[in-house]
Amino acid sequence: MPSKFLSHYAQAAEPAESSLIPSSDPGSRHITAALTRSSTGSADLRELEAGLDSLQSDAARRARIDWSRILLPVAAIVVLLVAWQLYVSLGIKRRDLVPGPLDVLGQFGNLWAEGKLQEAVWTSLQRGLIGFLISVAVATPVGLLLAQVAPLRRAFGPLISGLQVLPSVAWVPAAIIWFGLTDATVYFVVFMGAIPSIINGLISGVDQIPPQYRSVGKVLGASRLQLALRIILPAALPGYLSGLKQGWAFSWRSLMAAEIIAVGGSIGFGLGSMLNQGRDLSDMTIVMSAILLILAVGILIELLVFGPIEKRLLRRRGLLAGSTR
Amino acid sequence: MPVVLENLGKRFGDGALVLDDVNATIEQGEFVALLGASGCGKSTLLNIMAGLEAPTSGALEVPSDGAAFMFQDAALFPWLTARENIELALKLRGAGKAERRVKAGELLDLVHLGGAGDKRPHELSGGMRQRVALARSLAQDRQLLLMDEPFAALDAITRDLLHDELERIWKETGRTIVFVTHNVREAVRLGQRVLLLSSRPGRVVREWHVSEEHRTDAGLAGQLTGEITARLREEIRRHAK
Repeated sequence: MPSKFLSHYAQAAEPAESSLIPSSDPGSRHITAALTRSSTGSADLRELEAGLDSLQSDAARRARIDWSRILLPVAAIVVLLVAWQLYVSLGIKRRDLVPGPLDVLGQFGNLWAEGKLQEAVWTSLQRGLIGFLISVAVATPVGLLLAQVAPLRRAFGPLISGLQVLPSVAWVPAAIIWFGLTDATVYFVVFMGAIPSIINGLISGVDQIPPQYRSVGKVLGASRLQLALRIILPAALPGYLSGLKQGWAFSWRSLMAAEIIAVGGSIGFGLGSMLNQGRDLSDMTIVMSAILLILAVGILIELLVFGPIEKRLLRRRGLLAGSTR
Repeated sequence: MPVVLENLGKRFGDGALVLDDVNATIEQGEFVALLGASGCGKSTLLNIMAGLEAPTSGALEVPSDGAAFMFQDAALFPWLTARENIELALKLRGAGKAERRVKAGELLDLVHLGGAGDKRPHELSGGMRQRVALARSLAQDRQLLLMDEPFAALDAITRDLLHDELERIWKETGRTIVFVTHNVREAVRLGQRVLLLSSRPGRVVREWHVSEEHRTDAGLAGQLTGEITARLREEIRRHAK
């Protein structure tokens, strides 16, 4: 009955205007319109709300494949390769000191045929991943604990931030003395490299959680553990994920440093070892191959693992709109 | 079981008194609007009733199972869908999996959001989010529901509808509701009783009863709104010097 509803509003102005309002303040005379029940029952209310909901929600937009995302990076690589080949063809430096892209491609073929390439990539990747996973398993509970317990955070926070500045190569000599030329040395260096980044990422993720979430958790009756696992950890996920990304980057770098320095013993043949071998043989094509492989693995992990996870995470939370990703 | 506040006082650290000698009794099933200007400690009072903060002096009697709480900002968890947000509340209450599913569906239906259960908070409008938040606080299944300016950030059209919605749900579920607001019209529209809190320190200075006639007769409601506004302004003017 919309007409009845309207008449309430029409009447509202008059009686209130001439009502008992003390008129010491002329401003208070403007308080005339009051709120009354505005819908005429449950069915009417449901319909009104449904209409408003559809007016206020965005229509779903369909995602299309954006070719510029694929074509632009590929074009950038092609431009760099052409520039490299051009520079080499000018013959300014000796060919064995600065090999061209085609020479390096040839060396790739050799290394592949010998099986060295596959062995090096597989050994390094396996170690990097295992070392990284161990770091994640240790850093996550430590990070949560530090973020949640103030005295621990005050005590160890500066130390952890400091460790992030310390290059993990610095641990290689110590690790060789403690563990000798074994895989343990490599894992130790990777671990020390990755762990501060992951812990710091998680802590800054927790710091950025709106305080409201904790209040909601408490009001909903969450225990301390439930609060940490069901609310704090998922809420801190974006920060945690960027910590993991950085942690992986540090793992991979530390691994290469360890492999270049610690050669021999029971340490297998990884990409760092390949790089070192190229230097020993003064073969620039091997050195370049190793560098490009190290880079390629890093890019692939970002593109295939972290990129999609991050994008999905941000999209689900509505944080992707307007970014240049 | 009624909620009883006796000589309640609150002071943060060594600062000024925020609440001083607050006395009130709220009967079971009653809808009370707690009205006051900004900074009168109404949110603090609500937090004390919710057990989020402890009073400095005085005593309060609240149901032993605590209170459900609804905030000004919906504060839904963005990593969960609307349904999962409600299910989390049920889970933290200890409900089993099958019960959670059924109950969450019922609650979504109660707030007229049956079709939007699988949407994420950022896909919902402000009013829809606030309705999910209402469903979540109802999922806690506590007799006492505390609401801290839950509609303050909404547009006027949505707010009018949510007033009707909240009134309907209050009647259907028989909850005791304490509704904090700085909007006199909202207080008159919703409360059976309006308690006016003074500012610095906060104290209950006056209360008004709102009858069923005020809900439909705009003239009567307007008159009461004017009266309460005048008293509220008197309270604000005291701080002018």
